[in-house]
Amino acid sequence: MGWQPVVLWADGLIWLTVGAVGLLFWRGADNIRAGWQSLWRQPVAMAAGLILLCYVGIGLLDSLHFRLRLPAQAGMSVQYSVEVNSVLDVLIARLSAYQEQSYSAPLAKHLFVKMPTTLPDGHLVLGYPELTLYQAQRLGRDEQGAWRHWPEKVRLGLRGVLMGVLLAAAMTLLFAGWQAHRGGVSLRDLLRTAWQGKHQLPWRTGWATLTVLCVLGAMMAEWSTVYHVLGTDKIGQDVLYQSIKGVRTGLMMGTLTTLVTLPLAVGLGIAAGYFGGWVDDAIQYIYTTLNSIPGVLLIVAAVLLMQGFIETHPALFDSAASRADFRLLFLCLILGVTSWTGLCRVLRGETLKLREQDYVSAARTLGVSDWRIMGRHVLPNLLHLILISMVMDFSGFVLAEAVLSYLGVGVDPAMASWGNMINAARLELSREPVVWWPLASAFGWMFVLVLSANLFADSVREAFDPLGQRR
Amino acid sequence: MMTYLIRRLAYAVPILLGVNLLTFSLFFMVNTPDDMARMHLGIKHVTQPAIEAWKVQHDYAQPLFYNAREPGWRALRDTLFFNQSVRMFALDFGESDDGRNIGEALRSRAGPSLSIALPTFVLGLWVNIGLALMLVWARASWLDRFGIIATVVLMSVSSLFYIIAGQYWVAHLWRLVPISGFVPGADSWHFVLLPIVVSVMAGVGNGTRWYRSIFLEEIGKDYVRTARAKGLNESRVLFRHVLQNGLIPILTGAVAVLPLLFMGSLLTESFFGIPGLGSYVIDAIQAQDFAVVRAMVFIGSVLYLIGLWLTDLAYTWADPRVRFS
Repeated sequence: MGWQPVVLWADGLIWLTVGAVGLLFWRGADNIRAGWQSLWRQPVAMAAGLILLCYVGIGLLDSLHFRLRLPAQAGMSVQYSVEVNSVLDVLIARLSAYQEQSYSAPLAKHLFVKMPTTLPDGHLVLGYPELTLYQAQRLGRDEQGAWRHWPEKVRLGLRGVLMGVLLAAAMTLLFAGWQAHRGGVSLRDLLRTAWQGKHQLPWRTGWATLTVLCVLGAMMAEWSTVYHVLGTDKIGQDVLYQSIKGVRTGLMMGTLTTLVTLPLAVGLGIAAGYFGGWVDDAIQYIYTTLNSIPGVLLIVAAVLLMQGFIETHPALFDSAASRADFRLLFLCLILGVTSWTGLCRVLRGETLKLREQDYVSAARTLGVSDWRIMGRHVLPNLLHLILISMVMDFSGFVLAEAVLSYLGVGVDPAMASWGNMINAARLELSREPVVWWPLASAFGWMFVLVLSANLFADSVREAFDPLGQRR
Repeated sequence: MMTYLIRRLAYAVPILLGVNLLTFSLFFMVNTPDDMARMHLGIKHVTQPAIEAWKVQHDYAQPLFYNAREPGWRALRDTLFFNQSVRMFALDFGESDDGRNIGEALRSRAGPSLSIALPTFVLGLWVNIGLALMLVWARASWLDRFGIIATVVLMSVSSLFYIIAGQYWVAHLWRLVPISGFVPGADSWHFVLLPIVVSVMAGVGNGTRWYRSIFLEEIGKDYVRTARAKGLNESRVLFRHVLQNGLIPILTGAVAVLPLLFMGSLLTESFFGIPGLGSYVIDAIQAQDFAVVRAMVFIGSVLYLIGLWLTDLAYTWADPRVRFS
């Protein structure tokens, strides 16, 4: 079966960002590399970082898009499907394979609402029909041996726990082997110091976090063979599937918006501080003007205009995915435009100080050009501030997505996102009996991402700015 | 100092002009009056005469910046920019697209907005300062460590969650207060109680963390060591010296957002059905009523600039050493 890669704009940008960040830590300035190494010595950073890595992995897998080739037809050129899929879609295809009729609770066997069902004897009654997923997968699964007395949920859950523990142990050992090889010590010694907590890296925290993550993942994978682990929503879609698909949107909002703010804040901030005079006045005027416009209103106005643009120019977008992609990028752009001023002000102040340093005046007397001084002598000394503000702003942008989607000016309504899930479920708490799982799931996934991003940001600040120049 | 404050006030004029130019180009050049008419009359099956009629009816028929058909300075006055944007400087906001007076709506809706925003602001300030002082008092103990973790957790919860959870438990399950709605007058307290508590909750993590770091910075300063060396006990050091000096950045920061309280809150008001300015904006967004959004942008900018000006004023008042050139 053939396929054709599809690179959406957001995909390309996110992969470029990952590459750039990797390069910065691998070959970047010394202060960045030193900070990076001391960062991982903090247990909190290790735990939060591993969780973030998990989210980033899911998001990146969901950013590799392709289109499948349609079955060949005589006399026609090669045709590709209109639907754009990602690698993640293939990996978790099982979750969305069975569509139910309506709500069903997490790990339920039957529908949550009454539906007319046909009994085997042909009678039509109102009852709670069995879920299609359970019906299809349970058959032929009656286990033999000692297992059969255990309830199926417990059996699958225990198997998940076992697999998760083994997987985490294997991954830790693999990483330890690599570290031992690199450090030139025997694996045995490394493991002993690690276990006693005497190694410079917090091995125990890392191992424990990895175990929790693997156990949760494996349990969900095991349960999802027979159950909808987090239930289904109003139209019977799997909630776990939607939550996982929402990861990419949340990450994109956080990362791409930061990407938009960076050139504005860094370029204008350094220019204002370095040149002073009318340049400084002009830049200060620009950011005071932008700041004085209520951010939400500016975003709302811009998004409404963009919706009008999409409506009047349908020819520009060849698929639903590219339309959603355009909307996401535009949202990041406008959110970024309204939120670069804080960092810009900080960088301007810091550049004002750096400008007076001896090495800068020395460079100036030697006839080094302004651009070169800014690039070689000012920017590297601001990198830690930029990095700190990047990670600190990230979580705010993830949270903003939910609020904007609730206001109706967020990402494309057809795009999987936590904000859209919350928006769709807004009336479910007031129905009787209450349906809590779509809301709880969306809030939960978002909370874990934002919490680990916040904790990670605190550690980054500690590692890169030990004197606490910036609160 | 007077001349400084007056100059700062004059500084607001070019900024407001910039805001007006920006919103004007967004609303009239990117999205032309023809587009607006099409949106209101329906995208399809709309004729050019119908569009022209709609534009005349809603005063959108003039050219953007320069009216070549009129003589003298009327060439500048009889334009969209003058009539739609510049007149806002005289606080004349005209009519919304459904024909109601915007200024009147603003006046009647500011009250409900304030009845939530003001108590939230005052209560939030008290709670945050109190909690921050408690954490600073117990610094480097298990209480402090627990407090820091709690603030990060509170910060990481979506504001939507606080509202939805508050409505579900307090109003829906326990039936302590109505879920949403508003009545004017003294009876309004049980309608505004829950929104206030929820809004304070949503801000407590951020605020406490920030104030704690301000107090911690103060506590490392020389005068605190002097006070301790004089033999003052810890609570006196904390409540007299640290609190007083730490309040300067906190209160001057608070002054900046004071005028913006008039704007109300989009989320809280729409969830709780409060007929304030926040829900006014939401309704306007849903009806695509750009006249209202434009007016609110202008008012928001004016209030922000007033806040900046008040901050300057507060600095000179709070710290006599501050002198401006």
